[in-house]
Amino acid sequence: MSDAHLDAGRAATGVLELPERLRLRYRKLGKVRFTSQRDLARLMERAMRRASLPLRRSAGFSPRPLLSFGLALPTGCSSLAEYLDLRLDEASATSPEVRVVASTEVDFTHLARLCAILSSMLPAGIDVTAAATLHGPEVSLQEAVASCDWELEVLGVGPAEAAGRVERLLGADAVMVTRERKGREVADDLRPSILSLRVADRPARVLDGLGDVVGIEASVTTRPRGVRPGELCRALGDQVTLLGACRTHQWMENEDRTVRAEPLSEAGVACVGLPARTEVLGG
Amino acid sequence: MTSVWDRVEPLLWHVEKPARYIGGEDGSFADDKGPEAVRWLLAYPDTYEIGLPNQGLQILYGILNERDDAAAERTYAPWSDMEAAMRAARVPLFSVESARPADEFDVLAFNLSAELTYTNVLNMLDLAEVPLRTAQRGAGDTVVLAGGHCTYNPEPLADFLDAIVLGDGEEVVGELNDVMAAWLATPEPGRSRRDLHVALARTEGVYVPSLYTPRYVAGRLAGYDVDPAAPETIDKRTVADLGQWPYPRAQLVPLTEVVHDRLNVEVFRGCTRGCRFCQAGMITRPVRERPKDQVIDMVRKGIERTGYDEVALTSLSTADFSGIGEVVAALTDPAQGVPQVAVSLPSLRVDAFTVATAASIQQVRRTGLTFAPEGGTWRMRRVINKLISDDDLYSAVDAAFSQGWRRVKLYFLIGLPTERDEDVVAIARLAANCVERGRAHHQKASVTASVGGFVPKANTPFQWHEMDSPNELRRKVSLLRNEARATRGLEIRWHDPDATAAEGIVSRGDRRIGAVIERVWRDGGTFQEWSERFELARWEAALAAEGLDLATTALRARGRDEMLPWSHLSAGLHPDFLWGDYEASLAAEGVEDCRWTPCYDCGACTTYGIEHVVASTSPPAGGSQGTGQGLDLTGPVTVELGATRR
Repeated sequence: MSDAHLDAGRAATGVLELPERLRLRYRKLGKVRFTSQRDLARLMERAMRRASLPLRRSAGFSPRPLLSFGLALPTGCSSLAEYLDLRLDEASATSPEVRVVASTEVDFTHLARLCAILSSMLPAGIDVTAAATLHGPEVSLQEAVASCDWELEVLGVGPAEAAGRVERLLGADAVMVTRERKGREVADDLRPSILSLRVADRPARVLDGLGDVVGIEASVTTRPRGVRPGELCRALGDQVTLLGACRTHQWMENEDRTVRAEPLSEAGVACVGLPARTEVLGG
Repeated sequence: MTSVWDRVEPLLWHVEKPARYIGGEDGSFADDKGPEAVRWLLAYPDTYEIGLPNQGLQILYGILNERDDAAAERTYAPWSDMEAAMRAARVPLFSVESARPADEFDVLAFNLSAELTYTNVLNMLDLAEVPLRTAQRGAGDTVVLAGGHCTYNPEPLADFLDAIVLGDGEEVVGELNDVMAAWLATPEPGRSRRDLHVALARTEGVYVPSLYTPRYVAGRLAGYDVDPAAPETIDKRTVADLGQWPYPRAQLVPLTEVVHDRLNVEVFRGCTRGCRFCQAGMITRPVRERPKDQVIDMVRKGIERTGYDEVALTSLSTADFSGIGEVVAALTDPAQGVPQVAVSLPSLRVDAFTVATAASIQQVRRTGLTFAPEGGTWRMRRVINKLISDDDLYSAVDAAFSQGWRRVKLYFLIGLPTERDEDVVAIARLAANCVERGRAHHQKASVTASVGGFVPKANTPFQWHEMDSPNELRRKVSLLRNEARATRGLEIRWHDPDATAAEGIVSRGDRRIGAVIERVWRDGGTFQEWSERFELARWEAALAAEGLDLATTALRARGRDEMLPWSHLSAGLHPDFLWGDYEASLAAEGVEDCRWTPCYDCGACTTYGIEHVVASTSPPAGGSQGTGQGLDLTGPVTVELGATRR
């Protein structure tokens, strides 16, 4: 949401009115990126309790709030585009200051205010940048997101050497990496998951005593399996070590990858479904 | 101020749980003080997730940072992977708040809550690049302090610490800050470490080991040569009124999971149940309750501020808190303006009344309930003065299972004074009877009996008593396991007897143990309280290299006239009281709780001119442990001293 919207949200007073189904978009930057996905879930839950959000809870012996996170962000990576869906329920209300209303009645200012409240209650580095009402069929974020864009910072080789290695990687038939799964080493081919890979245009910086820092931009699919920044870095060969990685976008795409959209743009526009194919869109 | 964050950051990709090293907790302090403020680095010598919740450290952190002339940050023991990465990259120990190197702080103050962390203390000093031994430190080096329950025998660490605080830290920490500020105000060429040591030694409750030189005769400690500038004995500090210290005001809320990850509110300090094995109960007397309205207020504000949905009311025996009924009622009544929270009572008294209280507040999660009968027979429990009858336990367990709990955990000690095999075997029978009672309510009722090895600690009535060897403890554990085997639903767990032995070395040893700790640390023995990292062989080799052994340093009995390493350090308890209570224990005579019965002059109140602060003058309702009724405290019980010696 724009700064003007967020400012208006911050200034708003009175009862906070929210819809039953919501999507949030947030950033995770700075030191706090070293928290795990599990830590993040707990931080969100605590912030939401402090904000008196009437979270709908699961049934059962030990009820948990119904929060559904998208793709896990690897510990240590930062992000400009993380998402979280949640459900509210008037019956769970703990404060007269927060009400759950029919989604058509929710004003944009209330959503901006929610962003401002949550950001103020979350640790430095986690900012909720947009919120939107969800309509229509329920599709989980994990199912919906088809690809991600990353910016990596690597150490160990200069920009020219890095560019050469990128070239070779893209030209290879297969890029094998091994990883441990259920205690066994398994080999996977990363190549089909790499949509694009390039050395960033911005000039490399030099880190005191550690040498050149080279930026790499990558776009990778989430299926059949996600690609972690650490794996991309290893695929670039010896001496290359990862200094930092930032997820810049998550994309929902149609089947032929001709139409794509963010699950929730920073402007606050949510997307819950895309046409399966371009022709359908045209017709 | 420098920060090593730029050098720390690249390491964090390659270590487990990097959030241990980033700080950022809600409630943490950002240094905005002037250059004249004394800089404290408060250190907990274990991992972040164990150390962060420590309330003692958080209390001092809050008190110091409220002062204009003090600034406190925190640090924890880096796990081995991080330690290796730090050493390889030549990154020193640093604070989690600002990644400031440890040796830039004026004071490095350790919380000593568990003896097996001592090798971590040395490792952290080494990583801090502070000279290891006090004798090697100059006027410009960081001053190393320690406080916490373990300081009642600080001798094993004495060579590494400039000063040690005995007792409650709330008041003395400010006095220490004044001493430090005055010393630091003297320009470096003109000030000496000795001046500081003398000034510290003049502060009540502060022990400066360099001013006490141990004397040994025939391999035994014979006494201390005390510097004329230092007092002969050091008495602990005691805060008279807990109500004046509502700390921590802003409990730290960590970004990553820690133990006891909930709001903690201390409802009273001290305990006069008089359990003879319990060092915490002996050294924290008298009982000082927090006013119940303050408890409710601290919970209400804490829950609002932190977003936690659970609060623990902490103390050594929370069911004994006079205001427990009203506090629980207030916290579970939504009309009182406290958001719905789960309330936990970490240490339950063993009786049905207590279970009813627990049931009234744990409406949602009924996973398990824990009781600590400690001894298997009534005779054993009279010896240790844990005055609960078998019926108390059975009624508590009945109440628990009938109220919906499925699992009950029981804590026991083995290796207790006068213990016979029948006392050990009785643990399994008692626990089996509890399982049987549970079965009346649930098909799958289960009981876990956790068994720890007893270490006689400083400033308790058992401080003179011998302790069981690891082999003897192992024999008792196997007796117990054999006896328990037939009972379905009964699980026996036990603490590693080797670790108990090492705890004995560092709890009971004298200053010569410092060199042993150093050897164990240099041999790679960090994180000794983590079972996968512990090996007794390391300790035995270190003892041997110093011409010492396990039997004489840890296991053996001490005579009444023997110079104990902690003879000059007092928790207020008269040695005559302790000896008398020891003799009573050997005669299996119990003593009642002096909160509600006449004083028997242990010294904790009279020495310091203070008294119990208890809102209720009558004992709580409940079983015999509450009222003391119907208990035969003396009577003919045959005690054979040394019956278990082998």
